[in-house]
Amino acid sequence: MDLSQIQSLIKFVSKSGVNEVELETKDFKINIKTTKGADPATQVVMPAQGYLPPQPAAPAPAPAAPAPAPAPEAAKGGDDKKGSDADDSKYITIKSPMIGTFYRSSSPDADAFVSVGDEIAPGKVICIIEAMKLFNEIEAEVSGKIVKVLADDASPVEYDQPLFLVDPS
Amino acid sequence: MFKKILIANRGEIALRVIRTCREMGIKTVAVYSKADADSLHVRFADEAVCIGPNASADSYLKIPNIIAAAEITNADAIHPGYGFLSENSKFSKICQENGIKFIGALPEQIDGMGDKASAKKTMREAGVPCIPGSEGILGSLDEAISVAKEIGYPVIMKATAGGGGKGMRRCDNEKELRTAWDSARKEAKAAFGNDGMYMEKFIVEPRHIEIQIAGDQHGKACHLSERDCSVQRRHQKLVEETPSPFMTKELRKKMGDAAIKATKAVKYEGVGTVEFLVDKDRNFYFMEMNTRIQVEHTITEEVINYDLIKEQIKIAAGIPISGKNYEPVGHAIQCRINAEDPLNDFRPSPGKITEYHEPGGHGIRIDTHVYAGYVIPPFYDSMISKLITVAQTREEAITKMERALSEYIIEGVKTTIPFHEKLMKHPQFRDGKITTKFLEEWDYKKELES
Repeated sequence: MDLSQIQSLIKFVSKSGVNEVELETKDFKINIKTTKGADPATQVVMPAQGYLPPQPAAPAPAPAAPAPAPAPEAAKGGDDKKGSDADDSKYITIKSPMIGTFYRSSSPDADAFVSVGDEIAPGKVICIIEAMKLFNEIEAEVSGKIVKVLADDASPVEYDQPLFLVDPS
Repeated sequence: MFKKILIANRGEIALRVIRTCREMGIKTVAVYSKADADSLHVRFADEAVCIGPNASADSYLKIPNIIAAAEITNADAIHPGYGFLSENSKFSKICQENGIKFIGALPEQIDGMGDKASAKKTMREAGVPCIPGSEGILGSLDEAISVAKEIGYPVIMKATAGGGGKGMRRCDNEKELRTAWDSARKEAKAAFGNDGMYMEKFIVEPRHIEIQIAGDQHGKACHLSERDCSVQRRHQKLVEETPSPFMTKELRKKMGDAAIKATKAVKYEGVGTVEFLVDKDRNFYFMEMNTRIQVEHTITEEVINYDLIKEQIKIAAGIPISGKNYEPVGHAIQCRINAEDPLNDFRPSPGKITEYHEPGGHGIRIDTHVYAGYVIPPFYDSMISKLITVAQTREEAITKMERALSEYIIEGVKTTIPFHEKLMKHPQFRDGKITTKFLEEWDYKKELES
């Protein structure tokens, strides 16, 4: 499903008066919910891509307005679908400080810097983002436990894109 | 031809480039800072990537961000627009090194024309008339005094690394020159880190008339006639028009030939502009060469009926130009609409545009990135729209501009629309007797308040 198709679907749901629409194919899953009178909140899961803008916690922008993201390519099967809003609010999202390519380890054969369940503290290298052949080690600025990895290894990420979900407690 | 072009810019020029790429069947990538997430250029591009936080220095001006964006989107060319990195030779070179075509001048051409003192030397050698002045940087106050004696007062001292009016001092006699020598150099050192000064004859009440040129990769060059940009405030253009009310067929031929000489002297590749100062006797002098597309390229497009962005892209793709020169048909005027308060020293007025309605009809063109509900961010320049009118004669173009300005509704922020409305009615403007001194002498504030 490309961005313009998603826009059309959002418009349709908004006009139809339907409260919730969930569409699942073997490639992806999309869930659109409307609250009475408000604009529809959208969760689009395209798990293998790095092009997602930060998921809005509040109702999404008006149906006609596309999110500022590149047209997503066809998604592969997903396994790290985002959890419900209620759980995520206590977590910290580590966002990308730059645009480039996201790597979970220092080389293809090395282990990932961090995985789900690992503890991190400020200063710990959690990933590498490469731009113009320069490999920048990204350090954590918070303490906590990695709950989820939000971007795929060797995928492009943009500035402020969510990379890791961390439980600070 | 390129498959995908990344536009390393924002606002109306980003949208302008995207539009032409769409017509040419080329895919587009928009880059944006956090503050520009809702900008039109982001929505109209095929793809968009966020490259950094609000400050230009951390986003639009940060070369690694732009190159990384091109890498991850597989863009094969970058259009830099105007401002930002469009005349940054380092960026032009880095694009080369990364196998991305920079749609603009080659690094050595940017460097050659960017250094004002050396640009003049190149032009002199090419036989392009230059303002009489010092040969390069002045070595001492004594040298300054002797050059001034030779070329005759009034003179102007300028910083070689300068721009925007900083490090400039007009001197009408030797006493003023002695004082200016220290103060100008101090100002230049503070603003540009370089206190090198050169001197030029000060042209009294000049007109700023520039010639649009194009040069291809095969050595051909041509000119697309002039634009008169004499309505300026603090060296910033506010209104541009073509043809110049001061132009004659003979002068256009001479200036056009000189501009082509300048273009060929540096084997210029792309579209560019050669700026001249013209005195009351129609003597013209090379001032500088801009190696990029300009804000006012629009009025040239309207009178010669060519898409200059398309020409830029074609030249960058190696397509040769015909070499034919073009003269204007009809008359076009552009008013730059800025989100500024003309009653308060043109102070920037960012914020949310609550109501927006454009003028329309025959002979109206608007290049803008704003819309109702758009929030003008405070981090970038204040130009929000370019209003262009085209007609068969200058009077008709002015009448159309008056009509269009009266229809143009932008609420929620202050704009320069009221200023332009008064300007279009000014008898000196209507007579076409404008020099760069005009705005200094006109008490527009009094007119606006009445």
